[in-house]
Formats: sequence, C-alpha cells, structure tokens
Amino acid sequence: MTTLKIKDLRSRIEGKEILKGLSLEIHGGEIHAIMGPNGTGKSTLASALMGHPKYEVTDGRVTLDDEDLLEMEVDERARAGLFLAMQYPSEIAGVTNSDFLRSAVNARRGEGNEVSLIRFIRQMESKMKGLEMNPEFSHRYLNEGFSGGEKKRNEILQMMLLEPKFVILDEVDSGLDIDALRIVANGVNELRSPDRGFLIITHYQRLLNYITPDFVHVMMQGRIVKSGGPELAHRLEAEGYDWVKEELGITDETAGQDA
Amino acid sequence: MDVQNRVSVNADDLCAWSRAKAEPQWLLEQRLQALKQVEDLELPEVEKIKLERWDIHEHGDYKAEKLWPGLQEAHEAVHSLVNFPVEGGLIVQHNSDVVYTELSADLAAQGVILTDLHTAAKEHGELVQRYLGQAVKPEEHRLSAVHSAVWSGGVFLYIPDGVEVDVPLQAIFYSSMSGARFAPHILIVAGNNSKISYVDNCISGREDIKVLHNGVLEVFAGAGSKVQVASVHQLAAATTDFTQRRAVVLADGAVEWIIGEMNNGYTATDTKTLLQGNGSNSDAKVIAVGSGCQKLSYTTQVQHFGRSSVSQMITRAVMREEATAIINGITKIEKGATNCDGQQTERILMLSPKARGDANPILLIDEDDVTAGHAASVGQVNAEQIYYLMSRGISRNEAEYLVIFGFLAPVISEIPLEGVRSRLQDLVERKLGRSQEFKS
Repeated sequence: MTTLKIKDLRSRIEGKEILKGLSLEIHGGEIHAIMGPNGTGKSTLASALMGHPKYEVTDGRVTLDDEDLLEMEVDERARAGLFLAMQYPSEIAGVTNSDFLRSAVNARRGEGNEVSLIRFIRQMESKMKGLEMNPEFSHRYLNEGFSGGEKKRNEILQMMLLEPKFVILDEVDSGLDIDALRIVANGVNELRSPDRGFLIITHYQRLLNYITPDFVHVMMQGRIVKSGGPELAHRLEAEGYDWVKEELGITDETAGQDA
Repeated sequence: MDVQNRVSVNADDLCAWSRAKAEPQWLLEQRLQALKQVEDLELPEVEKIKLERWDIHEHGDYKAEKLWPGLQEAHEAVHSLVNFPVEGGLIVQHNSDVVYTELSADLAAQGVILTDLHTAAKEHGELVQRYLGQAVKPEEHRLSAVHSAVWSGGVFLYIPDGVEVDVPLQAIFYSSMSGARFAPHILIVAGNNSKISYVDNCISGREDIKVLHNGVLEVFAGAGSKVQVASVHQLAAATTDFTQRRAVVLADGAVEWIIGEMNNGYTATDTKTLLQGNGSNSDAKVIAVGSGCQKLSYTTQVQHFGRSSVSQMITRAVMREEATAIINGITKIEKGATNCDGQQTERILMLSPKARGDANPILLIDEDDVTAGHAASVGQVNAEQIYYLMSRGISRNEAEYLVIFGFLAPVISEIPLEGVRSRLQDLVERKLGRSQEFKS
C-alpha cells in the first residue's frame, strides 16, 4: 500500500527556516487536508516535497513507499509517483499543451512503454470533456494566457492523465468560482482509490464540502499543531483560527516566528 | 598589407580569368573598377565586432569545377538537401563554380530565367547590367568591393511581369575545399505583379574546411510583386561567413525573409530591405543558434521611403557554450514616408553562463506620422519553467529542450515553407547537440 512518510522535516528559503520539524504519515486511500492561516508554511511543505530548487531541506526524512524522496531529482520524484498540483503553474510559450502532456505521460510510463498517439488523444479528450475544458486548450501553448481557473483545471487534467500514486493539491481552490470548484473536486474524487493518497492544502473549508477528508491538520509556525477529523475543518470554518492559537498559547502563527 | 594579399588576385589575373569565362566587357570593367577601390576602402563597421581580427582577409583562389551531368554525381551533403523530384528549378554551386542547373520546361516557357550569373551576364547582359551591384554597391566597404571584383558562380533568377511561380526554386552552395574561393552572388529580379519563392542552403563538406564565404544576395521586387527568400547557412566551424542580403521593393511589393543562421564558425550577416515604393512591405524572420566559441553578428534593417510601407523584423537566437551574439535591428523611416509602420523584436536566450548576447534595437525616425515599435530581451532559461516541467516527470535535458524550442517556435511555426521549416527544426536540434551524429 502507498505510504508517504514525513519525519521531522525542516526546510528553508533564502536562509529563513519555514518548516520546523513537520511529521505526517499518509496511506493509500486516505485524504488529508492541511489548513492554516497565510504564512504558516503550507505551500513550503508542498514545494519542499516536490523538490523546488529554492527550498532547501536542512533536516528530516521523507519516503514514498520506502524510497528516499529527498535524494531524488524533481523529475525522479514525479516518476516515482508524486504529483503536485501547483498554486501558480508556469506558462511556457511555444510548447503546446498536448505535446507537453504527452511528454509527461511518456516520461511517467518509461522508455519502451510509450502511449500511442491515438490512445493518448482519446484519453486526453475524454478527460478534458469531464473537466469541461474547451478542446482548443490542447493546441494552445502551455498555460499561456489561461485564466486562473483554466490553469487549475489544466493541473487537474495533468493529474488525471498521469495517474500518480500520491497527489498534493496546493491551494487548488484559490481563484475558482463555484462551478469550477465542483468540476475540480469531481476530478479529484474520480481519482480517489485505495492505493492513492492525497494531501490537500487549503485556506478554506469550501473545497472540503466537495472532497471529504479523512484527516484534517492545522499548520502554524511551520509544523502541524492540531489534528482531527472532518469536523475540525467545520469548526475552523465557523470559528476561525483564534481558538486554536488560544488553546496552544500561540500569539503569532506565522512560520517566521518561534513557538 | 597590400591589395594582393587581401584579394589574392591582381588586375592581370582578373582580366585573364574573366576572358576565360567569356564575360562581357562591361562586367570585366565593373570587376576592375571594384578591384581598384579595394585599397582605398575600410572594412565595414560591424557593431561591437573587431572584424579586422577575423579571417576575412584571404578570399582564396578560384577553383574550377566540372559540370555535374546529373544529381547522382552530387555529394551526399548536397543530395540530402534536394527535394526529389525537382519540381521548379535547382542550381548548385560547388566551391567557385556552378556545377548543376535545372529549370522546368514549364517555367522556362513562361520566361523565367534560372542560371549562373556568368552565363546570365552573357545571355541576358542588359538585364543583369541594370541590376547587378545596384542594391549592394561595391564602394560601400572593402569586403563589398572585393566581392564585386572576384565573385564567381552565383545565381540569376528572373521572373517576368505577371508570372506567378508556385513551387520554390532552390539553390545550394557547397564548399568542400579549404582555400577555394567561395563568393557567390545571387541576383533575383522579380517583375511587376510576379510571385516567386527562392530557397537556398549554404553548406560545408567538413567541419575543417577553411574558407571565407563573402556572399551577396540582391533582390529587386517589382511593383505588386511577392518575393519570398529563405536562406539557411550551415557552414563549418573553420569557415567565416560574411553575407549581405538586400532587397529593393517597389510600390505594393512585398519581400519576406526567412533566415536560418546555423553556421558553426564566425558569422557576420546583414539583411536589409529598402521599401522604396508606397505600400511596400517587408517581413524578416531570423532564427539563430550559436555554439562553441562562435562570434556572431546578425543585423536586420529596414529603410522606409515609400508612404504606407510596413515592416516587421523578428530575430530569435539561442546561444550555448561560449558563443557570443550581437544582434542589431535598425528601423529607419525617412522624411516623407508618412503612415508607415515599422516593428522589430530581438530576443536572445542564453543556455550557459559563458554565452553572451547583446540585442540592440534601433529606431531612426525622421517622419512624424508613423507608428514604430521595438522589443528586445536577453535572458537565461527560466528555472521555474524547468522545475514545472520536471515536476511532471520530464528530465532536465528534455525540459530545457522544450523551453528552447518553445522560445524558437513562434518564429519557426510561422515559416510558410514546409520543407524549410522541418529542415530548420532538424538543424536547430543538431546545433543544440541533440543529435548523436553531430556530437563530435
């Protein structure tokens, strides 16, 4: 069974420590949500797990099915089955969406096991239909001139085609209207399976109305400070984060501060 | 340094050679006149380039070649460039001489002329004399004068008024011997309301072929004509390329340049359009890849004289390893050229810390009632983009390749000639070191 194990992870950007010993274990079939106010290190966690060059991991261990993730290059992590739906996907002029998607699918499948063009196009078109994406998006340059919502759908399209073992969604709900949110959530739910784990990073409860998490964690000061079930998300939505801070004696929740 | 050293030919030799070629007297006189000017002229000034330090002083010796009876004689390098069967026309120059000429009977019957320039001077003297050296003049600088004195082989392409040629006519310039003179002159005369597409390749037999290519391409585009010139240079590392391309466009005429600068050696090229006529149009697309220790200078220019004339210039260059590129774009709008539009863009992508690039967009405008614009950028591959692509499992190498191709694609994908487009794409891959056969 797929397991992502994060142990005492510390990471910094431009010399400033953001993650301060974060531990979490996620199994196949589970959906974990990480919530928390701005600046508490949520997106840093996503970037550090994927291997963004600006985020330096200084300590800790991360394994995906007992493979040491931190030893791998970014592309190796992806081929090992990790997928990150990004908050701000890059725009790349001159590379069409479909050429890019096919390169990515073939990279994941490995040499000698490439998908045929016909089969790929059929898969892509059917997934795009499910995401209510205009077919012309496959011929457009990757994310170039896409609206915020279009970019997010494109991230979900990539996820669906790559069929990763483990998915991180980094604020995939930001900038989405209610219809787009439902479409994106349907995409995620469609991929839900006993051997696939999810980590959903979000500000808001609203995405969790469509994707019911098994566990909810609150992040402050670069670590997980409180965990619970779906009911925790509801309480955070209703009451905000102040009660958590009060309970834990935290005055400044941002990651730049020490507890 | 005296003239002999620079030109490796004196007036007596030139006379003897021109007579042996049975050239008309006016041409010999033109050559001798140019030769006389060589001594008094300076090298051209090329922005931020010390041309005097380049191998541009020796023009090599004329090397006679036998005619090829057919293309089966052609070297593989030439053979692979030809689209069989040849539909419109093909002309091949090997070192100093044209060795093969073919023109479809259909085009010949319509009055189209495709021949080497010596033959043209003999058989169509009046036409050639009227245009030869009128766009790129011998007296402009020393290299121009030397070229006018010693050019050999070359192409004369003539399209009568009103004739539209739908298939591209092709020329191949093939250099296979170090020290052999390689100075073709291409003269294209397109009549009023004619249409023509000319495609050439300039190639070397081996990477160690050491010559100077001092080439000139002149285009005279008649009123209402449409002339397309695609030129791809892929000369050897040991070869120096100095090329001047120039078009003169009359009213409502249009010239489209598609230039692939894929040499492996030092290169200075200048591609210029003079928009003489009202409503004339010029469009230049330049793709360049530099590698090794190449020093490169690419200039595109447009000079607007005609009212309501329109120009566009786009250069995209990728520099890898220790290559250096100076890219100049000059849009000049003369007084009286009202209602013109001149736009230019130069972009350079550098792939290594030792690569250098310099983009110089220049607008010189002497008329108020015009629109003009320029954009230029010099940058490196964006690390965020590479990260994004890699996060989908694409290797770093492949990711860089996608970004580089993405950078060039907006120009490559606009190339209207399918054959030129795919060949240029292959060449770019080779120059980027992506093909095993060229990794030496």
